[in-house]
Amino acid sequence: MPHYAGAVPLLTEPTLPLDRVTDVVSTDASLRRFLHGLPGVDQVGAEARAAMLSTRSIKTAAKQFAIDLAISIIDLTTLEGQDTPGKVRTLCAKAQRPDPSDASVPAVAAVCVYPDLVAVAKAATGPSGVKVASVATAFPSGRASRAVKLADTADAVAAGADEIDMVIDRGAFLVGRYRAVLEDIVAVKQACGTARLKVILEVGELATYDNVRRASWLAMLAGADFIKTSTGKVQPAATLPVTQVMLEAVRDFRAATGRMVGVKPAGGIRTAKDAIRHLVLVNETAGEEWLDPRWFRIGASTLLNDLLMQRQRMTTGRYAGPDYFTVD
Amino acid sequence: MSDVTPRLAVQKTYKLYIGGRFPRSESGRSYQVSDATGRFLANAAMASRKDVRDAVVAARKAGPAWSGASAYNRGQVLYRVAEVLEGRRGQFVDEVVAAEGLSVGTATSLVAAVVDRWVWYAGWADKLAQVVGSSNPVAGPYFDFTVPEPTGVVGVVAPQSSSLLGLVSVLAPVIVTGNTAVLLASERRPLPAISLAEVLATSDVPAGVVNVLTGRTAELTPWLAAHMDVNALDLCGLTDTALAHAAEEAAADNLKRVLRPSTADPDGRAEPDWSAEPGLERMTAFIEHKTVWHPVGI
Repeated sequence: MPHYAGAVPLLTEPTLPLDRVTDVVSTDASLRRFLHGLPGVDQVGAEARAAMLSTRSIKTAAKQFAIDLAISIIDLTTLEGQDTPGKVRTLCAKAQRPDPSDASVPAVAAVCVYPDLVAVAKAATGPSGVKVASVATAFPSGRASRAVKLADTADAVAAGADEIDMVIDRGAFLVGRYRAVLEDIVAVKQACGTARLKVILEVGELATYDNVRRASWLAMLAGADFIKTSTGKVQPAATLPVTQVMLEAVRDFRAATGRMVGVKPAGGIRTAKDAIRHLVLVNETAGEEWLDPRWFRIGASTLLNDLLMQRQRMTTGRYAGPDYFTVD
Repeated sequence: MSDVTPRLAVQKTYKLYIGGRFPRSESGRSYQVSDATGRFLANAAMASRKDVRDAVVAARKAGPAWSGASAYNRGQVLYRVAEVLEGRRGQFVDEVVAAEGLSVGTATSLVAAVVDRWVWYAGWADKLAQVVGSSNPVAGPYFDFTVPEPTGVVGVVAPQSSSLLGLVSVLAPVIVTGNTAVLLASERRPLPAISLAEVLATSDVPAGVVNVLTGRTAELTPWLAAHMDVNALDLCGLTDTALAHAAEEAAADNLKRVLRPSTADPDGRAEPDWSAEPGLERMTAFIEHKTVWHPVGI
């Protein structure tokens, strides 16, 4: 199997300078022409490549590095109707010091909560450097008017959110009203101010890899700082081939425009093994530069404990048990 | 010249039993098992530490459903095991003859004792709580009960010489009370353990309640003993005193309950007399007593 199976041929010249972006997004027709002109995803090739990369054996020192890196790129998430300020404070404490018995464990990248709990999370994380991310825009369905979505976003930003995770209007995307989706994202981006914007594509509802590629480009053209796979409320969520298609999109987008965009798989990544497979995929698809909390995140909650158990297994030489880690 | 082609015998591959499935060792290793006279019998899987890890995960996963089943239900499942065991007596007689070098007559009565032993323990499933539990008189307006609960995941090092009766005598008491087990079979006589696993797999015992590993006892025991997600250890089959001490030390890290190897002999090599009527000790070693105070009049 060729090494590049399933990958889009890399665009060599920056073929999409900023003034051309404005052209592309100016009308529904030009946007559709552009998105449908993207090369199709070779589904079999993409899945085979992801499966091949997931057989990479990462051991000893490389595994230690991968586990610490994986911990430091986690968006520790709680998005439940039953969330309380107490639970968010507990989560923030865990985010800053994931393993109380081992100070060498790095802090996670961010905590991710609903907008009404941003203030609590902000107070609990303080100056620790752990960012506070908030979902907004009528998460998880996104079924609300633009005014409501903007108010939701403004609310979270005013409460101090460093990052906003918005959902796209999948209904509009699937019927081909790309311009409406784009305008949504542009408006939310504006409401974010200095907060970084992650755009959730909800790949479980997009049906094909071609759609995932188009939605990724659409979000990036609209100014997303990050593209994120899923809300975590719909299955399937973050699978390796989907993440790969999105990584190819950010890679090609940078080649075309010079702007770097991050990727965040979320939902369904529960074991250290899964996380390490994603890191391999990042390294092999987008490149080493993306192996950084600024450009790659994993949205998860149970994953952290498994990483900590693996880490403890490597430092103590015995298998760890879940009884000795916090329940979250 | 005979017109009948001699039948080509089908050789059996003895594999591990983890989570209700029969995988080969993760490591791909195997080792040769010989009969009592030293003749080659079969290849058995040589489990690695990762197989121990997988077995513990499977045992942990099976725990809630097995310990949550009613005592009556657990008893019925174990009776069913005895029924299936009874139907395969011939196979076990052959395997015990090969493994332990007994005469067919002795082996036949031994296998009968195995089935009887299993039935004996199955009967205790819904009776042990009455015997070791209690209603306690207290100086206050409370009902006060003590009830036995399973300890959790129990690592069992099976007896090295008694490959079937000894095996059943250490395994049955662990699972009858609702524990789940990771069992290291006798290193040189592992085949009856795998055949027993086949019986368990076909007789309503939920996947993961019993997991059987074959391989080097000295290699696997330290990983099992140090594993933080194992709650108790039965070191019955550890013939090496130094190894047993090391296992006890490792077990202390998370306060595992430990049933020590028999020390009837000064060098600790004697196995208990498995033909004797067992007491409750092997069951009570792996239960926790929970005492509940309930106010009267509410």
